[in-house]
Amino acid sequence: MQQNSTTLSFGEIGLFFLSGSTLLYGLVAASRRVDPVMEIHGYLIAIISLVAIFLLAARATKADRAQQDNEPYNMDVVKAGAIASTFWGVVGFAVGLVIALQLAFPSLNFDTAYLNFGRLRPLHTSAVIFAFGGNILIMTSFFVVQKTCKARLAGDIAPWFVFWGYQIFIVMAATGYLIGGTQSKEYAEPEWYVDLWLTLVWVTYLLVFLFTLFKRKEPHIYVANWFYLAFIVTVAMLHLINNAGIPVSFFGSKSYGLFAGTQDAMTQWWYAHNAVGFFLTAGFLAIMYYFIPKRANRPIYSYRLSIIHFWALIFLYIWAGPHHLHYTALPDWAQTLGMTFSIMLWMPSWGGMINGMMTLSGAWDKLRTDPVLRMMVVSTAFYGMSTFEGPLMSIKAVNSLSHYTDWTIGHVHSGALGWVAYISFGALYCIVPWLWKKEGLYSNKLVNWHFWISTLGILLYICAMWVSGIMQGLMWRAYDQYGFLEYSFIESVEAMHPYYFIRALGGLLFVLGSLIMAYNLWKTVKSGASVVTPQPSKAPTLRQGEAA
Amino acid sequence: MTYFDLAVFSKTWGMIFLIVLFLSAVTYALWPSNKNKFSKAAQMPLFDEEGENNE
Repeated sequence: MQQNSTTLSFGEIGLFFLSGSTLLYGLVAASRRVDPVMEIHGYLIAIISLVAIFLLAARATKADRAQQDNEPYNMDVVKAGAIASTFWGVVGFAVGLVIALQLAFPSLNFDTAYLNFGRLRPLHTSAVIFAFGGNILIMTSFFVVQKTCKARLAGDIAPWFVFWGYQIFIVMAATGYLIGGTQSKEYAEPEWYVDLWLTLVWVTYLLVFLFTLFKRKEPHIYVANWFYLAFIVTVAMLHLINNAGIPVSFFGSKSYGLFAGTQDAMTQWWYAHNAVGFFLTAGFLAIMYYFIPKRANRPIYSYRLSIIHFWALIFLYIWAGPHHLHYTALPDWAQTLGMTFSIMLWMPSWGGMINGMMTLSGAWDKLRTDPVLRMMVVSTAFYGMSTFEGPLMSIKAVNSLSHYTDWTIGHVHSGALGWVAYISFGALYCIVPWLWKKEGLYSNKLVNWHFWISTLGILLYICAMWVSGIMQGLMWRAYDQYGFLEYSFIESVEAMHPYYFIRALGGLLFVLGSLIMAYNLWKTVKSGASVVTPQPSKAPTLRQGEAA
Repeated sequence: MTYFDLAVFSKTWGMIFLIVLFLSAVTYALWPSNKNKFSKAAQMPLFDEEGENNE
């Protein structure tokens, strides 16, 4: 951007206007007091808008901002993403531990609505999926797209709007849950005004990513970018369709969805399962396709397989949603369709897992010496395991036992903790020394501790949930000789207590592991040995790299 | 257009369209002369430092 530092860019003017209007909206909404949620959120919106206006003004008066924009890559926003994802990770895991303990010891909700399980549960899921996972995805995608395209991130203030806009979305969603705002759609709980805000942020994210791809200096678009793009585009589509609704009033928090009954259920699970497929899978596969080859210093096992993996995943995942609605009012053909496509998903999932793991062929010794690589390879193993288990559970006969039980919770966590979190931890352990130009991590020993403590935690968690889930399923379907149900519901709840305790223990270990990671990363940034940078060689290497 | 027309259209032409699209992606991936291009692309993460090398 060759603009003079005294004139405002188009993006800055736009953001001044945006913050001004949200400030106005927040003040009016707070004073109107349509409902308690919007009253509090009105004040929150006003405060955030004021801070934004202040920061924009501070930025506009800064003299050296044009100079900063001349650096080859925009890594500051990636750094911010690394900090944010570590922070939200610890918070999200900790809230998960709290609700796990509440299930084992119900009195831990302290009889207050704010700490009720029903409000804390979406807080946990949104914090880990959207706050932790989302920040990891935005952060790594901004890094990978710049590196593999050899182009600076498009826009000067736009990437920062994506970063801060996304944090604001998280804060609005989280506070909304605690004060009782929800539209009661799983993984899409935030109300209409928060959804609108996320739409704005997400469209900007898409544009930043697309324009960076557009100005790339490499002719080929590396496969990781395809996965990121699929993630961004599909999440935009899912978000827009599933959240289609009409607010009751312009200054109130409540809204009603456009769909009703079975259609609503189908739309919701089409959304939620593709959130798994495109947010928690495609996006993190992009991380796998960049960070594992990079860390192992070997090219991906088969680039051709990665292309087939991509297209097969895209074509199959989008149809799998109905398996969440087996034996419901959904037409039978739709249930069977969902089940069939889920089973077909075995192929791309395992193709992708094999591709990630076999990247290490000829370098298996690194698993012994590099705990970060070990963490990422174990994550692909968990990816393979949970994508085997998922299709299995989507088979109607299996689902009749597993549905509504803890088996589902265990399955989700083997995917979320074992696959998503581990590949994210691996990416963080790689990217923090790269970003802060350090020779390596503060301590590999601590990575080892993190790895083993968390792995033990995951195993305690999923084994407890397998046993408790199958037990629940069997107890619910047991009949006595007269055709009466053998157990009352509360008997199955009582029987689950020891497993809930074990699960909480597993969660505690996982939280401890993440704290070890946060400490290690912090020490790496603060005290790790810096990489020596010989400045004069910079320009010639640049030309060499471009010519190659 | 009724629901029935839409269903028939998507179950025939829609299905053919998606299958052809998928098969062309697979053909592209397996096309012999693309081999060189892909083995070069596979190296991309390993050599992306050179642009702004700090070592």
